[in-house]
Amino acid sequence: MNAFYELYNVMNGKHIIMIYEGEFNQEITKTVLSMTENSFGDFGIESGIRKKIFNVMVEVLQNICKHQYNNHSAEPSALFLVGDNETDFIIVSGNIIENSKIEIVKSKIDKVNSMSKIELKEFYKVSRLESTLSDVGGAGLGFIDIARKTGEKIEYEFSPVTSEYSFFSQLARISKNDLND
Amino acid sequence: MEKINIEGTDDTPKVVIDSEAGVFMISGRSLPEDVITFYQPIMNWLDSYSLKTPLKLDVKLEYFNTASSKIILDILLKLEELSEKSITTSINWHYDANDEDMQEAGEEFSEMVNVPFELIKY
Repeated sequence: MNAFYELYNVMNGKHIIMIYEGEFNQEITKTVLSMTENSFGDFGIESGIRKKIFNVMVEVLQNICKHQYNNHSAEPSALFLVGDNETDFIIVSGNIIENSKIEIVKSKIDKVNSMSKIELKEFYKVSRLESTLSDVGGAGLGFIDIARKTGEKIEYEFSPVTSEYSFFSQLARISKNDLND
Repeated sequence: MEKINIEGTDDTPKVVIDSEAGVFMISGRSLPEDVITFYQPIMNWLDSYSLKTPLKLDVKLEYFNTASSKIILDILLKLEELSEKSITTSINWHYDANDEDMQEAGEEFSEMVNVPFELIKY
């Protein structure tokens, strides 16, 4: 995958709307959201796409808050970036994940990536009806929602760090043109 | 019935429930980290609804996260339960004309609950 070469280009071209690295919690999520919303005006982004970006950001940020690895010896630190190139807005996140959870995350993303728009709609509907909210308050619908809102594959990578955990990077892409396809 | 009036914040919606005035409205943004705690008073209120007066829910949300989407479905299903107890219930789903995702979300909710459901563009 070339997502991280693309990230390099985004950073190099300084097409960054917002970047944050550090601790993640709901308060920081709110701050990151409002800072990004404030920059949307400067970038002249139309409201339909703005809402899409915002929605995807919420799911990505709350996934980090709810699922980031915390070994209790240090503050969990993660990375979040919103940028753009000529054709797309991109939302990139990176956080530490336990190796034992990699397969679960990978299979969830691979599943939504394999589905058509209509299959995703049906899968979301069934999953929402059958889901129960987890201990951390998630409905298990985040990746399905991201795939539906963006209409694109979710790109990801797991980079091993230790025998216990890895770095999970994820990139979601929102086209600047065909808003609803 | 008890009245509920919760002011909206950056991540929680404004909720107004006043059955005497015929008002039941959820508006603004719903992206709390803990949706269960936030929505508990509303669920409790619906569970204890004992009037025969019709109950019309207006949902006018700008954003909601997936966890809220699950809870909103639960609320709509509670309205369906009430309608099975011969209480007239209905739902008005308001969406921004530029927001096709919110329109589609409304259409999908309408397919899942057996309660009169109106989609209203603003």
